[in-house]
Amino acid sequence: MNLRRARKLALALPVIAAVGLAAACSSSTSSSSAPASTSAAASSAAASSAGASSTSSASTGASGSLKTGLKVFVIPKNLGNSYFTTADSAGSGGAIAALTTLGETGTETSGTAATPASQIPAIQAAVSKGANILLVSATDPTALCPTLKSAMSRGITVVTYDSDAPTCRNAFINQASTAQIGTSEVDVLAKELNDTGQIAIVSAAASATNQNAWIGYMKTELAKYPKMSLAGVVYGNDDPTTATQVTQGLLQQYPNLKGIISPTTVGIAAAAAVLDTAKYRGKIALTGLGTPDEMKKYVGDGTVKEFVLWNPANLGYLAAYAAVEIASGQITGATGQTFTAGKLGSYTIGANNTVLLGPPTVFDSTNVNNFNF
Amino acid sequence: MRAAIVPSRQQQPERLRQSGLAERVFRIRESGILVVLVVFVAVTTGVQHRFLDVSNIQFVLVDTASFALLALGETMVVISRNVDLSVGSVVGLSAYLSASLFASHPGLPIPVVFLAGLGIGLACGIANGIMVAAGRVPSLVVTLATLYIIRGIDILVVGGNEVDANQLPNAFLDIPKDTVGGIPDIAIAVAVIIAAGAYYLRTYRSGRDLYAIGSNPDAARLAGLPVGRRVFTAFAVSGAIAGVAGVLWSAQYGTINSTAGTGYELQVVSAVVVGGVAIFGGSGSVTGAAIGALLLTTISSALYVLGISSFWDQAIWGLLLLVAIALDQTLTERLTSALRKRRTRHE
Amino acid sequence: MSKLIRLQPALRWETGLAVVVILIVAIGSVASPDFLTGNNLFSLGLSNGEIAIMTLPMTLIIISGEIDLSVASILGMSSALLGFLWARGWPMPAIFVTLAVVGVLAGAINGLLVTRLRLPSLAVTIGTLALYRGVALILLGPNTVSDFPNAYTNLGVNAVPFTGNDMTYSTLIFIVLAIVFGVVLHATPFGRSIYAMGASAEAAQFSGIRVKRIKTILYMVSGFICALAGVLWTFRLNTAVQNNGLGLELSVVAIVLLAGVSIFGGKGSLIGVVLAVLAFAGIQNALLLTNFNQEATGIVTGALLLASVFLPNAGRLLRRLSHS
Repeated sequence: MNLRRARKLALALPVIAAVGLAAACSSSTSSSSAPASTSAAASSAAASSAGASSTSSASTGASGSLKTGLKVFVIPKNLGNSYFTTADSAGSGGAIAALTTLGETGTETSGTAATPASQIPAIQAAVSKGANILLVSATDPTALCPTLKSAMSRGITVVTYDSDAPTCRNAFINQASTAQIGTSEVDVLAKELNDTGQIAIVSAAASATNQNAWIGYMKTELAKYPKMSLAGVVYGNDDPTTATQVTQGLLQQYPNLKGIISPTTVGIAAAAAVLDTAKYRGKIALTGLGTPDEMKKYVGDGTVKEFVLWNPANLGYLAAYAAVEIASGQITGATGQTFTAGKLGSYTIGANNTVLLGPPTVFDSTNVNNFNF
Repeated sequence: MRAAIVPSRQQQPERLRQSGLAERVFRIRESGILVVLVVFVAVTTGVQHRFLDVSNIQFVLVDTASFALLALGETMVVISRNVDLSVGSVVGLSAYLSASLFASHPGLPIPVVFLAGLGIGLACGIANGIMVAAGRVPSLVVTLATLYIIRGIDILVVGGNEVDANQLPNAFLDIPKDTVGGIPDIAIAVAVIIAAGAYYLRTYRSGRDLYAIGSNPDAARLAGLPVGRRVFTAFAVSGAIAGVAGVLWSAQYGTINSTAGTGYELQVVSAVVVGGVAIFGGSGSVTGAAIGALLLTTISSALYVLGISSFWDQAIWGLLLLVAIALDQTLTERLTSALRKRRTRHE
Repeated sequence: MSKLIRLQPALRWETGLAVVVILIVAIGSVASPDFLTGNNLFSLGLSNGEIAIMTLPMTLIIISGEIDLSVASILGMSSALLGFLWARGWPMPAIFVTLAVVGVLAGAINGLLVTRLRLPSLAVTIGTLALYRGVALILLGPNTVSDFPNAYTNLGVNAVPFTGNDMTYSTLIFIVLAIVFGVVLHATPFGRSIYAMGASAEAAQFSGIRVKRIKTILYMVSGFICALAGVLWTFRLNTAVQNNGLGLELSVVAIVLLAGVSIFGGKGSLIGVVLAVLAFAGIQNALLLTNFNQEATGIVTGALLLASVFLPNAGRLLRRLSHS
């Protein structure tokens, strides 16, 4: 009996020690970290009041007055996605390249599963590491808000890019106008199909906000072509197997299908692989949002004639500049303000604290080989 | 079930009759899934006749090919009362490494790449096999660990890169699309491999030993069966097959990054269970598992072709699985009691 | 004496685990000054709270000789139902009651299939994993519900009052439940019968233990706890969407196995599970905070899992290898 209790005690001791150690350290370090956070809050409060006093007219930021040495964390939806690697890396001229030019330190971090549960620990770790700026491509429009709002309350600048969390950030850098992405896809197909025919959409996850927004605009644009109709929208969940099967299902369900739009890089790659046979190539037009690298083969053999995207590196670059401008107090992210984003030139913040990168780029056989992302 | 012990002369006729009954029941189980498949296809075609179009049959066969291959490897492992949860990660690693061989060495002959994929899978399978067989530790834990480790290695190796279709030779990408007399090449190849696997398990001593080991590992060991060697071989084969399935994966999709094959393991185990392979080992067949894989792919395809919201997919899979398991259990219990009654009648 | 012998091999692994936890704390705090900050511990608690809570009933189920792979799907189904009913204007207390009932029912279905129909739990719970996730998909479809009142979603933001700034609600719930489960498992006849049926279901049955009833109860408790985890998850993220919790089951099983609980049943302790939760959370967090490649999280988890089955048997293994 005593032996057993003694053993249990021997076991409990290390556990208690570990917990006690943690508690002791936390109570001592929380007091030492407090002054740091209050000074950060004070400086951003001062900065925002300085900004506020001149917001009646747009305030321009000269790069000379931007802060240096800021700790920036770039948090894409997930690691291991070449689209985000291009948007974020120094090598491709993305966000971290911009940050280095500005004299800040940039680190890319995230989970591997493209879900909020996978992304949130990375955000929290960034906050713990003393981040001044978070650049986030949101895996979900609302699930990140408690975490992001908590970060903002500590004086951290939060800027979203590529995918928004509308109620919990200082600004959003949109790759292209949501409306333009939707309408340009339909227009590209209409041109290829001579304004006639039945089309379908292969989307990503059914709950993805940007997808549904673009699809909404596609439907309204489609109304301008009375001889074209939408057969249906199917969801590939950004999984190659599912995207392949839903595309195959479309081909069976609608024998008169003439065109497919897939506004997701995984979807268009999977659909292209399905259509890349003698039977369908050229008979069913395919377009959507794809990366040049993934589409090179299909443009080369005629499966895809034109597709649309933007330069993700420019998106990351612009997001970095906007975030540094806000963190330096030059702008607050409010509508109407302007700033200069290095080599990309001058930008004005639009409605809903959103900055538009520019019109989407149309890729076809004449230019697709000029790009390496 | 299948007895590995050679019966004495007098008892031989009875044992044959008993194993004849068992054989018959399992044929019935296999034909049972086949019947479900046929009924399902018939009903779906009745609603949407284009389901049975040549092009759709080709689609379903191609989509099933690597799934059925994985089911073959998994069946061998499950029959021996083990499980291999690492197959998804092996597919992912093999898919990327073999595809990147094309990217870094354009002009490499395709069979070399298949061999490379097989080799990668074999290495993973050997690692699993050694740990389970020599270590005598539960395969669920080991393969769960290797699921994490191999996926982690895959993510580290791949990073943010990916292999794109334009880096792969056209002949390679055409493999899933080539047909012979309307039947996709890889479907024929996989069918041949599965037939070979079924023949091996039924005829060769080392194949039948797996059933004995699955029915009662301790008895098998006492009867002198080389349990360790057999289990090791099962895992090695499962790994090698997953490696080949990975190469097929990259041929089919053309774009490979670090997420390839994620989540496949539970789908493969589902197919095997639906196909009548008992999760505790000792019974089931490779043909059944292959038909199980075909059935599950057909159901997905049917849902999409019928335009039924894909939101019903998961629930239907789940129900089907539960029905299959319940059916198997009832059949097994009836068979066991029938065998027991026969034995007591003759004693 | 017999209890001592049964606890002995388990105790050795738990001690090893405790050492691992202390090592992680030490290495983590040396490598990053932010590791032991209150803020970081709070974040740790938030990210891992629900998983930790789900490991508790899973431990009992595995010790009893079964397994439950549907835990993450029950979480998802509960989250989807929460969003579904809230969007239709149900009052929150009524929703909580419904969720509790549905969770218990889901667990009961698992339990009945395993005990009454005598189906293997690994296969059955793979089936219910798909079935319950399917229900979540059918309930919410493509929709997301994210307008829950602040009073509830604050549990994802605020610490528990009177405990300083570091304890999340889910951590508190985990601690309370761990104590309850620990007492039940290690100090009650109910707990002893769980060990007994894990060691040998037949022997337990013959010695008068109502194996089927207890297993069904364990599954029902698991269902209830997972429904609770679903509520915590939904409020913490202020989002009910069909893929909440997708894929978590393997993490829960990995943690329980890491704790030295034998997959065959009959062995393991709750202290081990608590330590394994700390180790699992600590590794992920330490990798994120340091500049060590965070993609290595999986490799480290996998390696620890292997250690959890090999090290306790190391002595026996070496002896056998040297004989062969």
